[in-house]
Amino acid sequence: MALLELNNVHAYYGNIHALKGISLQVDEGEIVTLIGGNGAGKTTTLRTISGLLKPREGNIILAGEDIIAYKPNELVAKGIAMVPEGRGVFAKLSVADNLEMGAFTRNDKAGILQDLEYVYNLFPRLYERRTQLAGTMSGGEQQMLATARALMARPKVLLMDEPSMGLAPVLVDTIFDTIQEINNEGTTILLVEQNAHVALQIADRGYVLQTGEIVLSGDAQTLQKDETVQKAYLGME
Amino acid sequence: MNTTQHTINWKAFLKYGLLAGLVIVYVSAVGMLEAFNEREVIRDVVTLGQLLIVGAPFFISLIITQHLEKDAGNIPLPARGLIIGAIASIPPVVLVGLTQVINFRPILVNINRGMVEVLTFENESLLVGSLILAAVMTVAGLAGSSITLLPAKPRRALLIGLIWVLGVGVMSELVTGVLSEHFSRDFERSLFERDTLKATTAAGLFLITTLIALGWGYSNDDIKKQYRALPTSSQQIARGSGFLLLGLFLIVLPQIVGSALSETLSIVGLFMLMGLGLNIAIGLAGLLDLGYVTNYAVGAYVMAVMTSTGALGLAEKTGVDFLNFWIVLPISVIAAMITGFIFAVPVLRMRGDYLAIATLGFGEIIRILALSDWLAPIIGGAQGVLFIPNPTIDHIVLWRGGQIIAALLIGHILRAFIKPDWQPSDNIYVATITKFAAYSAMGLVISVAASEIVRAIFFSSLDLSGQAIVRGPQQIYYVILGAAILALTVSVRLNNSRTGRQWMAIREDEDVAAAMGISTARAKLLAFTISAATGGLAGGILAVKLGTVFPTSFNLLVSINVLSLIIIGGMGSIPGIILGALFLLGLPELLREFEEFRLLLYGALLVAMMLLRPEGLWPSAVRRRELADDDSVSTAPAVGD
Repeated sequence: MALLELNNVHAYYGNIHALKGISLQVDEGEIVTLIGGNGAGKTTTLRTISGLLKPREGNIILAGEDIIAYKPNELVAKGIAMVPEGRGVFAKLSVADNLEMGAFTRNDKAGILQDLEYVYNLFPRLYERRTQLAGTMSGGEQQMLATARALMARPKVLLMDEPSMGLAPVLVDTIFDTIQEINNEGTTILLVEQNAHVALQIADRGYVLQTGEIVLSGDAQTLQKDETVQKAYLGME
Repeated sequence: MNTTQHTINWKAFLKYGLLAGLVIVYVSAVGMLEAFNEREVIRDVVTLGQLLIVGAPFFISLIITQHLEKDAGNIPLPARGLIIGAIASIPPVVLVGLTQVINFRPILVNINRGMVEVLTFENESLLVGSLILAAVMTVAGLAGSSITLLPAKPRRALLIGLIWVLGVGVMSELVTGVLSEHFSRDFERSLFERDTLKATTAAGLFLITTLIALGWGYSNDDIKKQYRALPTSSQQIARGSGFLLLGLFLIVLPQIVGSALSETLSIVGLFMLMGLGLNIAIGLAGLLDLGYVTNYAVGAYVMAVMTSTGALGLAEKTGVDFLNFWIVLPISVIAAMITGFIFAVPVLRMRGDYLAIATLGFGEIIRILALSDWLAPIIGGAQGVLFIPNPTIDHIVLWRGGQIIAALLIGHILRAFIKPDWQPSDNIYVATITKFAAYSAMGLVISVAASEIVRAIFFSSLDLSGQAIVRGPQQIYYVILGAAILALTVSVRLNNSRTGRQWMAIREDEDVAAAMGISTARAKLLAFTISAATGGLAGGILAVKLGTVFPTSFNLLVSINVLSLIIIGGMGSIPGIILGALFLLGLPELLREFEEFRLLLYGALLVAMMLLRPEGLWPSAVRRRELADDDSVSTAPAVGD
């Protein structure tokens, strides 16, 4: 059964028709990636799922429940957490405080402590820097923090927006290794990436977006071999 | 172009020199120089006007010359000040010369003979006078830069001594007032001559303050080191006794400084209360609220209408007569909070500049409503509400209140001595409350027993059945002090709470905060509502302090003042708010004798502040970390990006 399902979702920015009937599904335990060029609607799709943007048409179903009517903060409690584009850490809060904000909707102290230990194990560097202001860390560290913060909500589905953006190639590999590790622990991941190459390597399935529409979908391996994908997004002739 | 480091950038010298010179020309042209010259700072030695002439080149070269490394090439430090001082003297000398050629009177009335006399040090010959002026300013520039050659500690001590002498000299009337109230008239006369500092006194004061500052500067490090070496419990005791001393000082303060300064302190206190409230909206949640006066007005009018004994009062209208200050004060606070909530609802979706403009509008709406004929039957319109009685307090309440406060203090001290490691329960809340209750109960037994025994033995005739009336600034001060302590405690707790961090997250990035599961709407409503509370508190106290409430008290300037004191003190910093209130509200009250130039000085101080300490007087820890070079950040190996 699909954990997260979008059916014919239309979303607008003012009069601009940004999503023109997106339908996709993410099964439990999967890594699904959305690839596509600039302005294809990848980030918009994530914003719509997390409730920051309300669709005008269509529905979004999480574990059998239509979640269109919920506010962003309620969706976090329902199990949707986001790692926003450009990291979006709270620059003037310490690392530990940032992580605490991630667990904002939860009240189980013991569980929060357990998850804190988990993310500190996942990213030992964050533990070293727990009292440092988030804004003073490097881009890679901020990406780790944003990811760890999202995990603190103990999400069913983790939405990740361009985790590779602005990072050195070495770091991109590290981050993607971590994404796989998180997935192995049982968290379902919907990954938006411009860097289609790495994204398709770790993903189970993928969707290709173009100007607000899904033009192609399938297994990651199939997509990697697809001619149009190779030409348009993998830079192969 | 020659790019060796010996290149001298004359432009920089010209810029700062002319800046100092033009300041003097400006204060001369607006008449400030002549007016200030009437006041002698030190008897027969220097007037305030002359101090201005010396001060401008002195301070500019004190601040600037060290930073001219790149521009000054190989010119030694003192010479840099000399050059700046000399350049600074050009504009005023030119001004003196021009007065002989052009008649400024029709346009700038203040450029006249009197002004020229001050500038030329009342010399008969303009040429000699101008030369003296140029010499004085050049020497002042030289002095300013030479001081920077001293090592940091003596330099600081010297400047502190200078500030003390000038401060006492300028505020001499206040100082003599306080002195003659507490000491004999002769003692005051031996130090001051007709309310002006004597030269000998000034020299003595300078010597004493400089030496003390010097001693303190050298021992300060040792004291800090010793303090850190103490065990935690002793540190706690040291800190506790520090607070106790501060508390005692604050309690006796109005008796020391007299009624006039107590009035100033009360105003500072009221604005500090509002600052603490607005800080929640601006400093923590980042909501730029320019209509804070709304809450002040609501608090004041609620207090006025509910307690007034006049025609507009509830007592007169409905016959309800049990309402007094103490009952209505919480109502004022709640009314302000409700107003804050109501006004927050329509602006929830606004951000930044738009929010500022909308709230600015609310402030005006309240003022116009208060003035309107429509509400006049209830709140008096332009006539305001009169006959607000002074609060009264039963002696017995004062007595019991004192016992309870003493009990809490004793309980707190006991905690450090009796079983400091006691853990009554695993649940932190239960443990905290149990410990608090147990120690406070012990404190209560001790304080009640001790005070009743003392009363029975020494003050057996003390009558506790009567009432005291809280009247005049020296007594209202205590009400404000109590309110301030309450507001401070709540503020500090909020600052370090989950709620506080939730606001900070919204300030940093509203979208991300929402995506973290924070209900931004609820958090913003809460911020506006809680922020309004202290405004209502301050308003309620203002009403009884004045005894009357008029719409004119609630203008835009109040909102601006509260906002400025937060910015001056350092955004989001609680000690900063206290300093900011003292600086912005206290200083102008003390400088009231300068009357017409008060706002000018106030503006100049603000500009100087923003240039010299943009992070505020006492920045919050976060901002300080942000602006300082943090070694732990720069030396740690960064994961590249």
